[in-house]
Amino acid sequence: MADLKKYRDKFPDKNPDGTNIIDLESHKFIHVWQGPQHPGITGNMSLELILQGDEVMSCKTHVGYLHRGFEKLMERRKFIQCFPLVCRIAVPEPDFNEYCFAASVEELAGIKIPEYAEWMRTLILEMSRLTSFLMWLGGQSGAFGLGIIAQWSNLVRDYMLDRFEELTGGRIYRMFIIPGGVRGTLPEGFEGRMEETLKEVERAMKDIESTLFSNSIFKLRAKDLGIITPEMVEQYGVTGPNARAAGVAKDVRKDYPYLKYPELDFEVLTDTHSDAYNRVWLRFREMKMSVDLIRQILVKMPKKGDFMAKMPNMLHWKIPKGETYVRAECTRGEYGFYTVTDGSGYPRRVNVRGPSYTHAVALMEKLAIDCNIADTAGLMTSLHTYPPEIER
Amino acid sequence: MKELLKELKDRFATSKVVEQRPNEVFLTVKKVNALALISYLKNDAGFGHLVLLTAVDWLEDGQFQLTYILNNHSKKIDIAVRVMLDRDKAEMDSIHHLWKQAATYQRELKEMFGIDFPNSPRIDEPFILEGWQDIPPYRRDFDTKKYSEETYFERPGRVTHDPAEYMKKKLYPEE
Repeated sequence: MADLKKYRDKFPDKNPDGTNIIDLESHKFIHVWQGPQHPGITGNMSLELILQGDEVMSCKTHVGYLHRGFEKLMERRKFIQCFPLVCRIAVPEPDFNEYCFAASVEELAGIKIPEYAEWMRTLILEMSRLTSFLMWLGGQSGAFGLGIIAQWSNLVRDYMLDRFEELTGGRIYRMFIIPGGVRGTLPEGFEGRMEETLKEVERAMKDIESTLFSNSIFKLRAKDLGIITPEMVEQYGVTGPNARAAGVAKDVRKDYPYLKYPELDFEVLTDTHSDAYNRVWLRFREMKMSVDLIRQILVKMPKKGDFMAKMPNMLHWKIPKGETYVRAECTRGEYGFYTVTDGSGYPRRVNVRGPSYTHAVALMEKLAIDCNIADTAGLMTSLHTYPPEIER
Repeated sequence: MKELLKELKDRFATSKVVEQRPNEVFLTVKKVNALALISYLKNDAGFGHLVLLTAVDWLEDGQFQLTYILNNHSKKIDIAVRVMLDRDKAEMDSIHHLWKQAATYQRELKEMFGIDFPNSPRIDEPFILEGWQDIPPYRRDFDTKKYSEETYFERPGRVTHDPAEYMKKKLYPEE
């Protein structure tokens, strides 16, 4: 890939700041839209590309195909009524929305949740991370033409969803985390069935590891694709595995410990060169870590306890005036909720900071330049973007 | 943190400092000092990560509140800068030269709240909405329910239950 660059046409000329000079009237460029049904993402979003041959000269991201105005809708709903809404902001891992919103509401109302509920939340969040990684792995390998891996990873994802179903009653949207705690306890024999599922996940991951990471096509296409330098991390607001692959050890679970993460044994995984290949490899290692963390949680958590704090009547619940920002580490990076209350029974303003907001717009528009049009889908998945959290 | 807050107070006349958590501080600054404060935090105080930029509409006070949350990764602290803008003449200096992704936030604010950021790249291009004619939809005086009733028609045979009434029956039947 890197070697091919030197055979590249010297055309077009460059501006002093390094951007390409594009003159569509010269008939040397092609102007195409890729999307909204885009192969590179879970959701709808389009790229407006200007090509020269099959190389991308300029890229603009267009979103808005999934806009439902969640933040506005929440302003005229009571706090408890917001919970069926927030989880729909991110389909692969809805629990981070529930956790961040519940935690910010609890902080503003001054509620302390029981210890058992904290363990349950940690378990749910970590299971959700693993499930989201499994879904992403399917997209990532599919974008590079290895569709079979998508089938394997989605099969084990389905086993994980079974565990979610018996724990929470929901497969995709759980709405399990609510202000004051969680909605239930562990079912009987859950640990054993979870262990069986984790064994299945590990078995599939072993197959995937040997199929994906020793595949020469994947290596050729993903190596040196979309390089994020350490300097770009702060400049573009990069978080999560994309930043960690560049060697910037940013992990909310370590930096701003929440729930029971301080009691778990794990380390922040980093790499030295954030190209598509290393980002995939880093996420793959994080999946293994996630499996390990779920095991740790199930061993360390108490067997029973209160799962709900004493709460006032939810329909007349008023929260004093205040504002806060609560963050958590989801698979894509830093997920945060900025919540403002004004003393009424409704949130004044809720703003969701999805990591894709920076990754899929400013960063993608920069990284897509000079890459091959066939690789844009693989590049987007290697950033792990998800459009609904951009437009909310 | 204490010295930094004192320095900010002396240099930029910050007010209404709220320590929400030990590592999370909210403060208000006047519009004229805002850009200088944010540049200082980014370039000299190590707050290199722009977490988010958003607005809150205080309709009853006739003001918009812009919130810039900045994060210092090495010291693990956040400072949230509040800037109050006049609602009738909502305009703010752009920070797209400090962070590349800021232009996206500013485009969204222009579209959703009608807050202008002169000279920000692609500021007038629609971000999420297409061909929007009404007032910016995230303003408090925009009524989503009225808009949807006027724009969309109701399907026959559909019954809508008031969720609050339903919850009252299910959760608190004795009240």
